[in-house]
Amino acid sequence: MATEVSKKGPDLRPDPQPPMVGGNHTFGTMTEKITDVIFAATPKGWIVGFAIAFMILQVLLVSLTYLIYEGIGIWGVNIPVGWGFDIVNFVWWIGIGHAGTLISAILLLFNQTWRTSINRFAEAMTLFAVACAGIYPLAHMGRPWFAYWLLPYPNTMQLWPQFRSPLEWDVFAVSTYFSVSLMYWYIGLVPDFASVRDRAPNQLLRMIYGILSLGWRGGSMHWHRYETAYLMLAGLSTPLVLSVHTIISFDFAVANLPGWHATIFPPYFVAGAVYSGFAMVINLAVPIRHFYGMKDFITDKHLDNMAKIMLATGLMVFYGYGVEAFMAYYSANEFERDLMMKNRVFGPYGYFYFALIFCNGLMPQVLWFQRVRSNEAALFVISLVVNVGMWLERFVILMSLQRDFLPSSWGQYSPTFWDISTYIGTFGLFLSLLFLFCRVLPMISIAEMKHLLPESHVHSHKDSHDHSDSAHGGSH
Amino acid sequence: MNMKEKPVMDLESVLNKLESSEGKQYWRSLDELAQGEGFQEMIQREFPRQAAEWTDPVTRRRFLTLMSASLALAGLSGCRPPGGKIVPNIKDPDGVIPGKSMFFATAMPLAGYGTGLLAESNQGRPTKIEGNVDHPASLGATDVFAQASVLGLYDPDREAGLTYVGKPKSWDDLVANLKAELTKLPKGKGFYLLTETITSPSLVHQIENELLKDYPEVTWVQHEPAASDNGIAGLTTAFGSALQPLYSVEKADVILSFDADLLGRGPAHLRYTREFSKRRDLEKLDSMTRLYVVESTLTNTGVKADHRLALRAMEIERMAYLVAFHLKIEGVAKPKGLSADAHFWAEVVADDLSTKGKGTTLVIVGDEQPESVHVIVAAINDKLGNIGKTVSYIDPVHARAGERSKSLRSLVDDMNAGKVKALFILNANPVYSAGADLGFKAAFDKVPQRYRMGLFHDETSRLCHWHIPDSHFLESWGDVRAFDGTATVIQPLIAPLYFGHNFQELLGGLSSRPNRDTSAIVKDFWKNWYEAPAQTALRSSVPFEKFFRKSLHDGLVEGTRALTKLVKLQVEAVASTIKKFEASSEWKEGSKDNLEITFRPDESVFDGRFANNGWLLEMPKSTTKITWDNAAIMSYQTALDLGVSLNTEKRPELTDGVYRSPAKSYGFTGGEHGRAYVDTIKLTIQGRDLVLPVWVVPGHPDNSINVQLGYGRERAGKVGTRDVGADVYKLRTSSEPWYALGLKAVTTGKQHVLACTQSHHYMEGRHLVRSGTVEGTKEDPNWVEAMGSGGEHDEHAGHDHKPGEHKHEEHKHEEHGKTSLSLLPEAVSEKYAYKQHKWGMIINLTTCTGCTACVVACQAENNIPVVGKMEVTRGREMHWIRIDRYFEGNPLKANSLKAHYQPIPCMQCENAPCEQVCPVAATVHSYDGLNDMVYNRCVGTRYCSNNCPYKVRRFNFLQYTDYASVSMKMVNNPEVTVRSRGVMEKCTYCVQRIRAAEIEAEKRGKLKAERENRDLDRAKDCQINDGEIVTACQAACPAEAIIFGDLVDPNSRIAKLQKKVAKMNYSILEELNTRPRTTYLAEVRNPNPKLETTGKGHG
Repeated sequence: MATEVSKKGPDLRPDPQPPMVGGNHTFGTMTEKITDVIFAATPKGWIVGFAIAFMILQVLLVSLTYLIYEGIGIWGVNIPVGWGFDIVNFVWWIGIGHAGTLISAILLLFNQTWRTSINRFAEAMTLFAVACAGIYPLAHMGRPWFAYWLLPYPNTMQLWPQFRSPLEWDVFAVSTYFSVSLMYWYIGLVPDFASVRDRAPNQLLRMIYGILSLGWRGGSMHWHRYETAYLMLAGLSTPLVLSVHTIISFDFAVANLPGWHATIFPPYFVAGAVYSGFAMVINLAVPIRHFYGMKDFITDKHLDNMAKIMLATGLMVFYGYGVEAFMAYYSANEFERDLMMKNRVFGPYGYFYFALIFCNGLMPQVLWFQRVRSNEAALFVISLVVNVGMWLERFVILMSLQRDFLPSSWGQYSPTFWDISTYIGTFGLFLSLLFLFCRVLPMISIAEMKHLLPESHVHSHKDSHDHSDSAHGGSH
Repeated sequence: MNMKEKPVMDLESVLNKLESSEGKQYWRSLDELAQGEGFQEMIQREFPRQAAEWTDPVTRRRFLTLMSASLALAGLSGCRPPGGKIVPNIKDPDGVIPGKSMFFATAMPLAGYGTGLLAESNQGRPTKIEGNVDHPASLGATDVFAQASVLGLYDPDREAGLTYVGKPKSWDDLVANLKAELTKLPKGKGFYLLTETITSPSLVHQIENELLKDYPEVTWVQHEPAASDNGIAGLTTAFGSALQPLYSVEKADVILSFDADLLGRGPAHLRYTREFSKRRDLEKLDSMTRLYVVESTLTNTGVKADHRLALRAMEIERMAYLVAFHLKIEGVAKPKGLSADAHFWAEVVADDLSTKGKGTTLVIVGDEQPESVHVIVAAINDKLGNIGKTVSYIDPVHARAGERSKSLRSLVDDMNAGKVKALFILNANPVYSAGADLGFKAAFDKVPQRYRMGLFHDETSRLCHWHIPDSHFLESWGDVRAFDGTATVIQPLIAPLYFGHNFQELLGGLSSRPNRDTSAIVKDFWKNWYEAPAQTALRSSVPFEKFFRKSLHDGLVEGTRALTKLVKLQVEAVASTIKKFEASSEWKEGSKDNLEITFRPDESVFDGRFANNGWLLEMPKSTTKITWDNAAIMSYQTALDLGVSLNTEKRPELTDGVYRSPAKSYGFTGGEHGRAYVDTIKLTIQGRDLVLPVWVVPGHPDNSINVQLGYGRERAGKVGTRDVGADVYKLRTSSEPWYALGLKAVTTGKQHVLACTQSHHYMEGRHLVRSGTVEGTKEDPNWVEAMGSGGEHDEHAGHDHKPGEHKHEEHKHEEHGKTSLSLLPEAVSEKYAYKQHKWGMIINLTTCTGCTACVVACQAENNIPVVGKMEVTRGREMHWIRIDRYFEGNPLKANSLKAHYQPIPCMQCENAPCEQVCPVAATVHSYDGLNDMVYNRCVGTRYCSNNCPYKVRRFNFLQYTDYASVSMKMVNNPEVTVRSRGVMEKCTYCVQRIRAAEIEAEKRGKLKAERENRDLDRAKDCQINDGEIVTACQAACPAEAIIFGDLVDPNSRIAKLQKKVAKMNYSILEELNTRPRTTYLAEVRNPNPKLETTGKGHG
């Protein structure tokens, strides 16, 4: 129940811990602080940043246009390495997209109230990352104009997709994940849209945000339904966090290729996804709280918590690498062993494997230290390294294709200009969307943040049903 | 090029003129047209000579788009029936059935010698070549050159204009000019005719009995860069007359070869391969032949050898005398020099040869070896009683035998002396191939009138006043003789595409009976032959018309096979040759400062004549797997000596008796599949130098470098001109055309990218090719299965395993006697068993010689595009069947080398990994068990390829199929879908042939049922006979190593074979439970135990 969230929220916070909201904020100042970003004049930094991001986005558009014009051969993929940067980046972006839903759904269910200040942009990040990821499965097809054949729709050919294929599962996993995440994000935005609407300086904005807020008036019935829906969606999203990357790991695990065919993949992929997702959230949170002066809302405590999750998932991932290596040895399967030794560790991209071990396994161990966790700059750098490491992980896995069963067809992969430009281009899309998001939407959940203020708990112990009404009264 | 300007004459007006003109031969009328200036200008414009970057597919496509106008012109004369009456071989000749192909017997001349073929014609377009079963040089098989000849026919770079100093001229102009030239010269003195090797009886007749009769002072010279007369010279010494040997490989129990590529090259290699493979029968292990090979570079024959000794080419003479010494040939002393290995080897081989019965062995020698080796080998064969048994001799088949090697030199001398007033060159390309020492080009300038008739406007044509387009063998009449003298009348399948003419027509025009076309000339000749007294017996049985018709139908002229001659060894001549050898020979050790260079014709482009053929250029060469290039081939040790960097940080490691590449190496030559960055090396000999990329081949003799002819063409056409190899003729002299000492090699410090489809050498201890020995099989018949049961096994298991050593799995798969990995009990799957057909393929690794004919045959049959060098370097070649090659043994010891070939088509897995992962069901199982690829449904995720353990799937990464040019459309097989960009493809077991056979069977069945007036019983009436379906690779295979058939039918050849040699039958990667339909028969060799045991150490 939604009410329990607000009831138990404060109880979970032992006193010695630093508070989740800094400064001396009231309902009013909080709303003001967050919505002012939208109404204020466009900052110069934003314009420069957006311009750069938008330019990078053009790189993506050019790359994709040329790709569709000329064919997949402009990339470095070949036989035997049929998948290259396309799938590496797909999995990488999807992985990044994991933190958002994990933060908003799972932490919500676990009553981790500290999530509220980061969940909004983490969710946005999820959506944008999944959008970036979604480009790849479409674009990497030989004939992308027939991508809709992967959808089960009634057709004159009387053909259905082939449901045994993990790629087919991907279609459902990713599209479900995207649509549920989008819905979840939007529902969460509705009360905030109303706040923005109410404070909008002109008619046009009032109309736009009015439409987006779906006629939200803050009535108790609204709150009741809103919180029910939000919780239900949280419940729906939670298994998705696990399922998406599990299914994406099936793309590899189901294949019989040495280096792919491993039962450790699903948990190890999910852990890796959460790992890179949190790294990306830190990478975004640090500049946002810096440039928009949101240190009151995204506190050091938040960064500390996220760093702990990173450390935990990082250890799981590291364990995964160990299991992979051990199983290759212990299975006594000559193909697995050769794959490990002759390709992964000492093969043509062997140094990538060592870089991966460093980035994902060794370097994040410094997070055991409180001093590192409370250092904004250090966390930012570590998160960057983790993101690089997670990219390397996917690359190393994909490169299992280089040396499989018949040595006669052993081959190598190297990306071309277009592989790289497409990858860079997706950053353009991601950042452009993020800049727009920061500019026009409340980047921190106003409604939920108010739960964290002492004001919202005045009546909480007397009458929980009245609480929500009064708690949010200030926003009008 | 200036394509935007409107040509002076456009295509439409050409077409109009053509349509209004009457007469049988449309292309004739073009000559009349050609007299108009406008036409020539159009030709000039439409056939731009600018070289395009053909090697880059993107540029190539763009270029072809621009070229399409000229190709439209080429198509103009495309689908018209050829002149004269031609006779189909198999199908009912009463009219063409639309959509149905017909087969015509013809023959392909290569270096003069013919191979009998059946050319498939689809509505007047020859699209595919098959072998002619009745022809002695083919026996139904074909080689790569024959397979690729259809592409050569449609080559858009063929020159289409008859020109005099660049200006268009008509045929009549040419004939008049030649006549005037010949009459101007007294009796033709000073008129020289330069041809390639000629075996054509009618052409020889025309030259000898018509031209030389009318103009007796005309000089006829032959030039054949890839042939040698050493053999004929040697046999002349040995037997007193010019002779040519014929071998009965099938009758030989032991064969010893001195640098002769018996199975890979020469006019009879298809036949010899067939005969050899008959003696490597797994069902008759006891009578398996034994092959010893001494050779100077790794050839297909060397790979198949039971024992191979790598020696420098100049050492082989000594080796032959050493063997002769051990065989106690009179007068032969033990030669000095040679390693202890070689001495031991010679002793054992001689022992093996002499203990076998008389006339059951065979000693052969390659034509590249000097005369004295041929003499001593003749003496050896005589001593062993082989003459008349395994080797017989006939009169040389080609005209003026023995003159070839000398005559070009005398021509150059005459040119320099100003004796040559006019020179007519037929096809030969001496400006390119004459050899560096002759100075042909300089001398050529001194000839006042130069004529060139050829398919291409090449290096020689460029320096000639007249260029006359020749006709391809598929578009002209003619005749040719095979290695044993059998003559075939060449039938055209299509009217000349590029206004080509025939030389015989030209000679006819110069003769007293000018107005005959080639068909009449050829027919006249055979009529005269038929009426000669020698053919009395023939004449009594059939009239000439019927006889000629039958000859055309069968693809050979009865009664033309050369008769074997009774020969007697000239003891004195042999003795004096032996003396000469003993006197002359001082032993020269090879060193890195005094290297040997050996020249060989290339597997792909031969002597350079196929340099513009994309199929051949992209064909991976059998041992090196290089495409689109030639290279300096050397041993690992020589490469180390010369300081070549090998891209290998460590040398291969010996672990568990098997050489494996260390983890970091790329397989120890270049890179891996596709791209190989290799050092280039500057070769200098007698002041001439050339830079070539280095390629290391284990098993190559040390201090010797092999180079291949035919590359580095300056004017080959758009495909073969730029950056396609280096021209080694620049290093080759006419006095030492095959090997020479005194070569210096220095690395240049620069690198070159080679497009190599497999540079990985080792099997990495995996049991892909399972290789054993006859002895080993007798000891332990189960070694093949034991090897595959997982875990690590010795590669030499065949002879090392002791009986009863292995535990055999308890649960047997009923079908193949293989372990079942399926969770389903067999009884359940029996319920779903294939009732009607279950196609399968067996590939016999014992007989496969790696000749690569299957690869090119598949390319021709299945419309497989050429992707160009750049795409091959990216690992994107499209061949549906490939031949994997693995090496075994110590790379530093040439003689320890064993190489294995393994053709890999689609395995058509029963439990196919590709099918399970395709999200759109574009690859599915058919009712008869094929793993079908549905191009239309494919969206191109490439997951199937990733999941294919055999990596046999090929993807159209770009638009590889050439939609732009008309002639490329003509070469396509209409029965096979042309694939577009973004679609996966792979071997289909030639499903089009299977379906065609099904339709035929159904037709037969219906007819039968109708005749018997009853209902059709599909199961009974519509049976496809075993052997009715032959896949393209199977049809081409000279070794009959590919067997295709129905596994359901217990009487099919494949099912019987599976039963008979069940213990030799295995599938690769069976532990993955893919249950492949394509299975392999293990490679079994028959080594001499004496060499095998003691030979191991010295290796």
